[in-house]
Amino acid sequence: MKATRDAYGEILAELGATYRDVVVLDADLSGSTKTAVFAKKFPDRFFNMGIAEANMVGTATGLAAAGKIPFVSTFAIFAAGRAWEQIRQSVAYPKANVKIVPTHGGVTVGEDGGSHQSVEDIAIMRAIPNMTVIVPADAVETRGAVAAAAAHKGPFYIRLGRNKVPAVFEEGHEFVLGKGNELSPGTDMTFITTGIMTAQALRAAVALEKEGISARVVHIGTIKPLDQEIVVKAARETGAIVTAEEHSVIGGLGSAVSELLAETKPVPMKRVGIHDRFGTSGKAEELIKYFGLTPDDLVEAAREVMERKLG
Amino acid sequence: MKGTVLEKEKIEFLEEKARTLRVSIVKTLHKSQSGHTGGSLSAIDMITALYFHIMRHDPENPQWEERDRFILSKGHAAPAQYVALAEAGYFPKEDLMMLRRLGSHLQGHPDSKGTPGVEVCTGSLGQGLSMANGMALGLRLDKRNSRVYALLGDGELQEGQVWEAAMASAHYRIDNLCALVDANALQIDGEVERVMNVGPIGDKFKSFGWNVTEIDGHDMEAIIKALESAKLVKEKPTAIVARTVKGKGVPRFEHKASYHGVAPNDEELSEALLCLGCIED
Repeated sequence: MKATRDAYGEILAELGATYRDVVVLDADLSGSTKTAVFAKKFPDRFFNMGIAEANMVGTATGLAAAGKIPFVSTFAIFAAGRAWEQIRQSVAYPKANVKIVPTHGGVTVGEDGGSHQSVEDIAIMRAIPNMTVIVPADAVETRGAVAAAAAHKGPFYIRLGRNKVPAVFEEGHEFVLGKGNELSPGTDMTFITTGIMTAQALRAAVALEKEGISARVVHIGTIKPLDQEIVVKAARETGAIVTAEEHSVIGGLGSAVSELLAETKPVPMKRVGIHDRFGTSGKAEELIKYFGLTPDDLVEAAREVMERKLG
Repeated sequence: MKGTVLEKEKIEFLEEKARTLRVSIVKTLHKSQSGHTGGSLSAIDMITALYFHIMRHDPENPQWEERDRFILSKGHAAPAQYVALAEAGYFPKEDLMMLRRLGSHLQGHPDSKGTPGVEVCTGSLGQGLSMANGMALGLRLDKRNSRVYALLGDGELQEGQVWEAAMASAHYRIDNLCALVDANALQIDGEVERVMNVGPIGDKFKSFGWNVTEIDGHDMEAIIKALESAKLVKEKPTAIVARTVKGKGVPRFEHKASYHGVAPNDEELSEALLCLGCIED
């Protein structure tokens, strides 16, 4: 068990040694986002911008224009939400080499409540041209995604989480930008999931096997650009899809998959996620139940799409 | 050396260059029949001073690493930057006639993807100073001597991000940065003072920890002096608050908010060319 933000702190400090042009900006949350690890190792290349996210993003653009590779971190709601238009205008429009890597995405932020729980960030980042959007499932994938962002020119949004999450990928797994991963074979239906919901889907698949339902699990790390091939293949081969994400069902992975399949291979589908609501205070595990994001909820969703497929 | 013959000649050369560029602005805007006349004419003297005297840059090699950088934070004055870039040789002057047209690299607001010499994308107000800070910090990390210039509007100072950036410039002691405020006192809806007063501009920047110079933004000698002095200021960013006249050079356009985003028609073009000492079209 390891939080993706902890993996971020470590890989960022390692990248600092590999790339002398990597610089990091934070908005007074470096202890929480773990950019403090980088700051300690490379104090000259770390800029605390104070509680001023709009300026932080613009500053990152300027650093990129001067040849640097800036990583920008704060909580997801303040990065994607507060600084959305700055990201659009100064980062994505000119294809600036800026990496937005927020932590504390989704409802598992927990006790801080709805004000701090970003459930719309994937949607609004995905809507911006030139933006690559990644939501890693675990620590291993986070390392790969962050390293890929440093290696590839252009704007990235990598959404990380606050809490410890189980390992989905083995050490040494190679992250391939824009490619989904079939983590469990299956022929009756497919879970297409991202972030923390992939581990939940793997559990749900085990439970469904006992009911005689063969569930495939496809993890989508890179939500944009979407791995169209793996999604259409799943629809064609299994004929029923359940998407799952710790995010609104409006505009996120569920939408991306729906949009694609509606135009290519429509099959019975259900989107598991937050249904047009804000978050609320509570313990992370309580909120997972409250918002219907447990393996049991996924099992229920799988049964429903199976019924529609067979009926 | 102030007062020497050489200096006087240089000032006269720059004044003549600014007049030529004013002619180019009104012709360009007349051709496109779309764009921002008033704010382009108020900023052009400063832009002339920067591109034709102050900044180290190479139109043959726009990405020259040792160059000074210019950011037009008030991106709607793009025609002013475009005519200067064309005059300096970044791209053919004929390109100006394609301003704002489909397929042209001269977008309505500056776009670094297409236009040689444009460093970043601006147009959404309030963001250029942040970008200038980042550039200046990046250049400092690489121990380069290049300087960064950002030109802002006074109406633009209503954007809160400008003050986030102003705080950061002083906090990080960014002395390779100079902000110029084109204080023409007008914005789309009328007088800045009435829409949302931003004054006293100089005092605000001072209180944020900046070195501040206030000048007449159409006095070429004053502009050059202020920009040269700014280079000598250490440990602080410098703001040059330039009092200007919106639409400067063409009386019909002067002091009028109505010419903020309106291009000259045929009659206005003829009048403007006459005023600018250019009788042929």
